[in-house]
Amino acid sequence: MKFFSVENLGIRFGGVVAVDNVSFDVQRGEVYTIIGPNGAGKTTIFNLIGLIYPASSGRIVFQGRDLTGRKPHQVAELGIARTFQNIELFEHATVLQNLLIGRHRHRSTALWQELAFTPAVRHAERAQREAVEKVIDFLDLQHYRDTMVAGLPYGVRKVIELGRALATEPRLLLLDEPSSGLNPEETNEMAFWIEDIQKGLGITVLMVEHDMSLVQRVSDRVLALNEGRAIAEGTPAEVQAHPAVIEAYLGSKEPA
Amino acid sequence: MRFIFKTAYDQDLRLFRHGGQVFWYGLLAVALLAAPWWASEYMMTQLHFIGIYSIVGLGLMLLVGFTGQISLGHAAFLAVGAYTEALMQAAGWPFWLSLPCAALLSAAVGIVVGLPALRLKGIYLAIATLAFGVIVEEIITRWDGLTGGNSGKHLKPIELFGMKLDGDADFYYLVLALTTLACIVLANLLRSSTGRAFVAIRDSEISAACLGVNLAMYKTMAFALSAALTGVGGALYAHKVTFISPEQFTLLVSIELVTIVILGGVGSLHGAVFGAAFIIVLPQLISLAKDYLPAGVAGAAGLQATVFGIVLIGFIIFEPLGLYGRWLKIRIWFELFPFYRKGMFRRQKTYMKSERLR
Repeated sequence: MKFFSVENLGIRFGGVVAVDNVSFDVQRGEVYTIIGPNGAGKTTIFNLIGLIYPASSGRIVFQGRDLTGRKPHQVAELGIARTFQNIELFEHATVLQNLLIGRHRHRSTALWQELAFTPAVRHAERAQREAVEKVIDFLDLQHYRDTMVAGLPYGVRKVIELGRALATEPRLLLLDEPSSGLNPEETNEMAFWIEDIQKGLGITVLMVEHDMSLVQRVSDRVLALNEGRAIAEGTPAEVQAHPAVIEAYLGSKEPA
Repeated sequence: MRFIFKTAYDQDLRLFRHGGQVFWYGLLAVALLAAPWWASEYMMTQLHFIGIYSIVGLGLMLLVGFTGQISLGHAAFLAVGAYTEALMQAAGWPFWLSLPCAALLSAAVGIVVGLPALRLKGIYLAIATLAFGVIVEEIITRWDGLTGGNSGKHLKPIELFGMKLDGDADFYYLVLALTTLACIVLANLLRSSTGRAFVAIRDSEISAACLGVNLAMYKTMAFALSAALTGVGGALYAHKVTFISPEQFTLLVSIELVTIVILGGVGSLHGAVFGAAFIIVLPQLISLAKDYLPAGVAGAAGLQATVFGIVLIGFIIFEPLGLYGRWLKIRIWFELFPFYRKGMFRRQKTYMKSERLR
């Protein structure tokens, strides 16, 4: 059984074919990266996987389960977590609360228990907190625990969003441009974390990324997209040297 | 200055964060329990209303302040609670049974109203709930076989386990107990996973969904809980005024309820209580001020509505976090004395949010 596979996925918005017949597999434990110029359809693929857009064609299968016809929250419950390109945190909550919301799929108490805050709820809350503290330790967020997200710098928010996705204890982690908006130092740190997530936590990572140095450093395999179509797949070096990829980014050699 | 050193996760789970809070809330509890001894008859009535409006305000706060769903039709839930109570009392049901029924029926109606909320947002949801409020008011007026139409319904004093709660103090203790209960229940909810899911929906629906929050279920739940609390408030209100008719549940009342939430401070339980107190006390202040105003202004119709409007606009411009936000700033000023800086609460520009997908 394949760990995660996308088969002939496609979506069109009116006359625009944003993703056209894209297929790929992600193996358990690898870091799989999707690259491509602006407008290639990378984030759209993520939104299709998260079922935020309904696919026009094709299917997505995760651990033998077809995602077609499910709701976005059910994707999370299967163990797929994601981050967003431009950060979608809960602004008016503390960092700790943000991470705790990440524990939502592990909740165990009923509404009436929560209204009365029974010992079972207290027990569950303690367990959630312990799980979140592990993430805080992992990403060195101790300093920000009780700070409101609304006032934090961009780089920190990026890490918090990663933390929130990790708090769900995903099996597959989707990272949408983890390095966008980060300075070289922060990007370097992000690379360490992605390596740690893959090797230390054993989480499979599917990511969209522009920064080729980061891609080369962490990815096992790379898929290149252009105008919604897959143009090359292979190791980072192979894809980077692929003529179709060079053409997509830089244009062809022939004079106009 | 107070520093809280945390040594156990349980410290973050407690209702009261430190001894100081226990002390001040204890003092407040003693003062409130002793109210029948220190408060005049007039003040007791004010306290009744503050309690009732607090319960309703807490209900609306859960919806508006914590789940981010607007409702301009909450007077309808107030009406459902009030009429359920009136009719069940008339049918001879005991209070301990009719009050939960009022809450449950309001919750059921809340679920129905919540259904459009699954598709509508912001101003459109406001319009839908506004229409719902008008419809309920109209139904109550027209269905005179059940509700008595414009001639209204009378209520007898509450009888609880054989005791007649007809005195000011008796009713006061009932309202106080229920208000306290409402506060505790909501505080409990907000420190557990359902409350966090509500906050998640308020701040970013897309993120909430991607973390496994079932948007449809939690929005419906928020409407139901909010309506239930408002229904309880409605039942108490009916007993307080002893006579209910459709004019008491108009659109203006719905707007007044939203005012409680905004004046008090969106997103805080304290805010609901502060807002309720403010909205009860303000008309009294206005009538006191009338003695000092020129006759032309004091006698003008709509003076109260104008003052309310000005206060509301003032708050939205100068103190968007309401009375509770103002209170927090004052408290922090004392806590940090003398290190408070002027720019401390200047609002920061928020970073670009990603394009909203929904």
